[in-house]
Amino acid sequence: MSQFTETSSLLAARPEDPTKDRTMILNMGPQHPSTHGVLRLVVEIDGETVIKIVPDIGYLHTGIEKTCEAKFYQQVVPLTDRIDYLSPMSNNLCYCLAVEKLLQLEIPPRAQWLRVMLNELTRLNSHLVWLGTHAMDIGALTVFLYTFREREDILRIFEHVAGQRMMTSYFRIGGISLEPPLDFFAIVQNFIKRMPSKIDEYQNLLTGNPIWVDRLKGVGHLSAADAIALGVTGPPLRASGVDWDLRRDMPYSSYEKFDFKVPISHDCDVWARYVIRLEEMRESVKIIQQALDGMPEGPVTADAPKIVLPDREKMKTEMESLIYHFKIVTEGFPVPAGEVYQAIESPRGEMAYYVVSDGTAKPYRVHMRNPSFATLQALDTMCRGRLLADVVAVIGSIDIVLGEIDR
Amino acid sequence: MTIPVLDKDSVLSSMSSHPAVRSMTPEMLASPAFDATYDRGELTLTVAPEHIRAAAAAVQQAGYNFLEDVTAVDWLPAEPRYQVSYHIVSHTLKERVRLRIFVDSIIGGADSITPVWPSADFYEREVFDLFGIRFHGHPNLRRIMMPDEFEGHPLRKDFPVEGYR
Repeated sequence: MSQFTETSSLLAARPEDPTKDRTMILNMGPQHPSTHGVLRLVVEIDGETVIKIVPDIGYLHTGIEKTCEAKFYQQVVPLTDRIDYLSPMSNNLCYCLAVEKLLQLEIPPRAQWLRVMLNELTRLNSHLVWLGTHAMDIGALTVFLYTFREREDILRIFEHVAGQRMMTSYFRIGGISLEPPLDFFAIVQNFIKRMPSKIDEYQNLLTGNPIWVDRLKGVGHLSAADAIALGVTGPPLRASGVDWDLRRDMPYSSYEKFDFKVPISHDCDVWARYVIRLEEMRESVKIIQQALDGMPEGPVTADAPKIVLPDREKMKTEMESLIYHFKIVTEGFPVPAGEVYQAIESPRGEMAYYVVSDGTAKPYRVHMRNPSFATLQALDTMCRGRLLADVVAVIGSIDIVLGEIDR
Repeated sequence: MTIPVLDKDSVLSSMSSHPAVRSMTPEMLASPAFDATYDRGELTLTVAPEHIRAAAAAVQQAGYNFLEDVTAVDWLPAEPRYQVSYHIVSHTLKERVRLRIFVDSIIGGADSITPVWPSADFYEREVFDLFGIRFHGHPNLRRIMMPDEFEGHPLRKDFPVEGYR
């Protein structure tokens, strides 16, 4: 971080003779509206051409990784929501999968399918916010109002199922917290039926718009080799022509049972990232439809009384349930020693939790690998030699969330 | 669903054709620090800290093309104190390998792997910032999360979590 870092220390030394100093240094952020949070960019420009960009992060560092070490395993779940306010369910899922891998716990199919369905809704939610803000950065203000209309529907669905609009904390280690309400599937079905026509609507607003096309095509070029070398994942990686999606290639939570396409583009520019995200939204709708059609029956939590909180009704009649409830809440549950790395495809790319256990009821170390953190490294490569105004388009195209970068 | 845990000898004998295991040079294997485990479906190769750059280049040659993550664990009061974990995935083999080194609190550093993967830049800066582990040969080893004049490294286990500073 560095509200105190001198700009001069971030860039190369300036020439001694001021008449030879052709370039100018510009501070962009930390309060710039197009940086989607508190990101500070130190930009060296020659006229309007970008020479170098140095991202300066850490303004939102809250030490979530350290906080996790002081909590029981089940108490970490609400913290994971706060990392990324646009994809809370992805964070919940990734953390739960990591701990379940440590425990070697089998999750019932219904819970897995519900998790898939909610994760795809999260992807839609996140991509809608991305599309609205990205278009707004470029000057197409109207799209924002359209995308937030649909996002509101998704947030209502989240509220209906989890009781919370954004910080859902709906998943639990060993399943999900509650069976969804009775009319939940009908509401989702209703929403899914409308969604494809709404995506057409966004496309009609943007794809044929000459200003939009000129601002996006050929901007922010990132080759496949650079994308891999710089740790870029998710839609920007696929827009650079690398066919890699963890949902398909290293499936988790029953993704192997769903049929979906992974959109790829070889254009490597901001336009390709826009097209790919829109395609991904259509694929997400298909996955949700498949999850609705084939939703298995059965319990939503694993049969593990020492890990999963007992049913509220049982607690009133069964002694064992009451004891387990008391033990889990007061002492947590021990997790066998070991380390696991669990990666999932979040809306922004590869999100992973690295959980190290020393055999006690509190995690010894929790580390989050967040896609935005790595993708930000590629910003300099994408913007170098381009116009300053393109920086805004490129930041929008990599879809960063600062809470997730700084943790 | 219990996946068997394999220790060093059984990994080296039963997984000897595994590309990551095969990529380890005799020099790395001969080091007393070398270890290998296969636990919960994840392969971990522990190498000596001085071999990390060569080991990273070796697994990259073996097809593990994408560096996903670099992070550390503080095992206070054990010595060597710090564990640095590198997670590397292969887009062609669809498989992941974890490289691991243990770093002494006195030496407190290891070679940077930025020459192998430029993406290690931010990750190693983060580990340096939060754990105080130095990476030799890193192009820009500055604090990344905390302010420049901050004292201490917050993710160390002996960093105070309460009280005034």
